[in-house]
Amino acid sequence: MADATVTLTGVAKRYGALTAVTDVDLALGRGECIALVGHNGAGKSTLIKLMLGLIRPSAGTVRVLGEDPATSRAVRGRAGIGFLPENVAFPPAMTGVELLSFYARLKGEPTAGVPDLLARVGLAEAGRRRVGTYSKGMRQRLGLAQALLGAPRVLLLDEPTTGLDPELRRQFYEIVRTLRDGGATVLLSSHALTELEERADRVVVMNRGRMVAAGTMAELRGQVDLPVRILLRVPDNGLEALAGLAGSRRVNGHIVEITCRHHDKMATLRRITELPLAIDDLEIMLPTLDELYATFMEREAPR
Amino acid sequence: MMTVLILAANEVRAGLRNRWVVATTLLMAALALTLAFLGSAPTGNVGVGALAVTVVSLSSLTIFLLPLIALLLSYDAVVGEVERGTLILLLSYPVGRQQVVLGKVLGHTAILAFATVLGYGAAGLALAAGGGADAASWHAFLAMIGSSVLLGAAFTALGTLISVVARDRGTAAGLAVGAWLVLVLLYDMGLLGALVADHGRFLSVPVVNALLLVNPTDVYRLFNLSGFSDVSRFAGMAGLTGQLQMSPAMLLAALAAWVVVPLLAATLLFQRRQF
Repeated sequence: MADATVTLTGVAKRYGALTAVTDVDLALGRGECIALVGHNGAGKSTLIKLMLGLIRPSAGTVRVLGEDPATSRAVRGRAGIGFLPENVAFPPAMTGVELLSFYARLKGEPTAGVPDLLARVGLAEAGRRRVGTYSKGMRQRLGLAQALLGAPRVLLLDEPTTGLDPELRRQFYEIVRTLRDGGATVLLSSHALTELEERADRVVVMNRGRMVAAGTMAELRGQVDLPVRILLRVPDNGLEALAGLAGSRRVNGHIVEITCRHHDKMATLRRITELPLAIDDLEIMLPTLDELYATFMEREAPR
Repeated sequence: MMTVLILAANEVRAGLRNRWVVATTLLMAALALTLAFLGSAPTGNVGVGALAVTVVSLSSLTIFLLPLIALLLSYDAVVGEVERGTLILLLSYPVGRQQVVLGKVLGHTAILAFATVLGYGAAGLALAAGGGADAASWHAFLAMIGSSVLLGAAFTALGTLISVVARDRGTAAGLAVGAWLVLVLLYDMGLLGALVADHGRFLSVPVVNALLLVNPTDVYRLFNLSGFSDVSRFAGMAGLTGQLQMSPAMLLAALAAWVVVPLLAATLLFQRRQF
């Protein structure tokens, strides 16, 4: 990728005999939102730590904004990185304003923008209170606020929406989209697959330290070839006409479900529309990320 | 440098918030004032000023107390942040690891320096109000405050080194208490025992000198109790001073080395660590 902000080439990380990640090749581009999915211990957090230079790879190279993040030369470049750790924690005796001001100073940002930033994550009122009194969701919001400091070019967010209510979740994804549209690279690691499906430009699936799949949702659907379900609502006389179609199943008096392979989707649709039949309604149900994920995991499962 | 100061200021703020600063300052002031008034009671107005006596008793107290406070303040600096999960966030900022170590040591030393200067300064002012001390005693008193801060810095650096090495807070606390026991109590007892048992066969004067230099509390003791003639007479160290050919400058350099060496070791080890 020509304008990649983060590249991992042949990366492996081993702790003694334990392999946390291996054979990871990944390039994250400007203005891209990437979802990193996988079960606990699949290596998601390890990848993020490698990108931050908190750990060094056992093999391969990591480049973030053009530098090896584990070297001292990359220290300055970290001003362009926003990071939200999984289970974010803060010193409980500090107030929200104090903490954000501290982090802003470390990034060389003016502290004047802190109240606005707190308002953006819905903590305008709580800013003067000690972080120790915050609820889990409020701490998560404060974590988001610090990650957004200084218009980051790379955002690494580990489980960003845990503890957020639906409204805040929506606002959060709006912020992410604005940053992405502004050219930032956003990496979201999460278990909330349904949420990511609509928001991510690309999905990377990790399993036991390996990248088992990567691509857009359409590409992943093509790789897995899960059945596509087409629901048709037809007038009373239509049921017989559809009965001959391969993969059709009568759901009730008015609805017929047709399943076909991903690759045959267009051909099947063509065949349906060519039928001498007035179709009242049509609904195409593509495999969800949940289903794709489950299939990838089944494939990888030890036999 | 700016980053180091931001980090140090944050430590001081945390110290103010959790009342370490207040508690330490009050403790130092209370003990110093007690010793200053008790110290002047037996001497009355005769002979050497009460200030020289206060220097002797205060520096003996400092040897026990200040290393303990410094270690308690610093043993948690790194390992505590690792356990609470706040360190990985800090390290994702444009902050060098050497800056983290330096900032923490600087911040904790500043807290100790504040407490020492204010606490002992209060005793100094109280004695000054009584009057009677000569310039040499004041010189000794100020040198004691300065070297106390340096001793505090040395143990802060040592505590931070422990904090970088230890895998969990419990281990760090144990190591800190162990370091205090060894350097403050056991080392001198061992050295005395060895001197008695040895009858001067192996432990020549240069060897003993070297052995005293490798313990920061001994360096501090030698600097304060033998450096000034009035003080050393009171401390019963006059005899020893004749034997030890160590200038105050050399002792200060040894104490400074006790700040720099653990600091460098902590920085190197911290840079290698993975989280």
